[in-house]
Amino acid sequence: MSNVTTASTKEAKWWNGGKSPFDVEYGKVMMWYFLMSDAFTFGAFLISYGTVRFSTNGWPDPNKVFKSFPFAPEGVNAPLVFVSVMTFILIVSSVTMVLAVHAGKMMDKKGVVRNMIWTIIGGIAFLSCQAWEWNHLHHEGAWWGLNPFINADGTASTTNFTNFFFTITGFHGFHVFSGVVINIIMLIMTLMDKFEQRGHYLMIEKAGLYWHFVDLVWVFVFTCFYLL
Amino acid sequence: MSDNTHEHHDVIAEIKKVTIILSVLTIVELILGFWMIDVTSPGLRLGIKGVIVILMMAKAFYIVAYFMHLKHELKNLIMTIVVPLALFVWFIIAFLSDGNSFKELRNNYDPHFKEQATIQVKQAEHGAKHEAAGAAHGEKATESKKEEHAAGEHH
Repeated sequence: MSNVTTASTKEAKWWNGGKSPFDVEYGKVMMWYFLMSDAFTFGAFLISYGTVRFSTNGWPDPNKVFKSFPFAPEGVNAPLVFVSVMTFILIVSSVTMVLAVHAGKMMDKKGVVRNMIWTIIGGIAFLSCQAWEWNHLHHEGAWWGLNPFINADGTASTTNFTNFFFTITGFHGFHVFSGVVINIIMLIMTLMDKFEQRGHYLMIEKAGLYWHFVDLVWVFVFTCFYLL
Repeated sequence: MSDNTHEHHDVIAEIKKVTIILSVLTIVELILGFWMIDVTSPGLRLGIKGVIVILMMAKAFYIVAYFMHLKHELKNLIMTIVVPLALFVWFIIAFLSDGNSFKELRNNYDPHFKEQATIQVKQAEHGAKHEAAGAAHGEKATESKKEEHAAGEHH
């Protein structure tokens, strides 16, 4: 009985004012709200892609569209290989970001710098892969409004396929690019001892939230465009 | 200090665990993807796609819960984030079934739309775009593209 009372008073205290009911710093709550709104934007894009795909009789086979690899001979048949590399690059850069956030909590400046550099390298590597893939598809005649591929069942395809692919992976790539810029700013601020002076590395945590969100979106984009 | 290092090892262990889980889930997804290339049965393809979607949700859970640290936040914050996202359940069911219904309607009432789904076309040779744009258009067709690859490949 006494247990219940203490639990309920403890619960109520969070809303009594004077402190954050979320027990989180203001900027972090706002980052969460921003990411939620961004999740709805990406969700709207992906659901409209799904709606159009469900309302169409045929759709190109991703294994026949995305089958190339850099430095491989023309016409090589390697479906899923290149996109697996991209996926693992992003997962690894997410892990180094968690390590950077954790190093920040331990006030370990060296660890933050090292892991932020790895995260930035991962982000740039991912962007390079995407640039190569876009360039390759463009050479094959694919672009907004142009679709050289046919449906899996051999019928004519529409430009919906390329429009959605370039819009959604482009919007995600733009997020990766922003994330890399944010991470570079965080690295410079760390090197300038900004966070040491403040006594905390909360900015790294907020940049980390954004970076993980970018990885999270890729999980969905990767599945919807390359696997399904 | 020793308390601090103890916590430090716990966090590192958790990061390692989640990294391994995410890698394994991705590898399983890719194995299913490779397997699906040669699967022609529409029902089996749908089943594999269902499993891939479940694995995708599991990956999303691990990223949000552990990498974004949401699992260790207060319940107030967790609910503020997760409850609005539940709208997606309705979005997905409503919009995808509406898309499917639109397809059925057009197949029933739009003869041109239905006819388009029966006419076989030829895929331009890979890389034909490198030469004069329209010159080799549809001249050399790869026969393999014509094979009936899963008649039920609607989704």
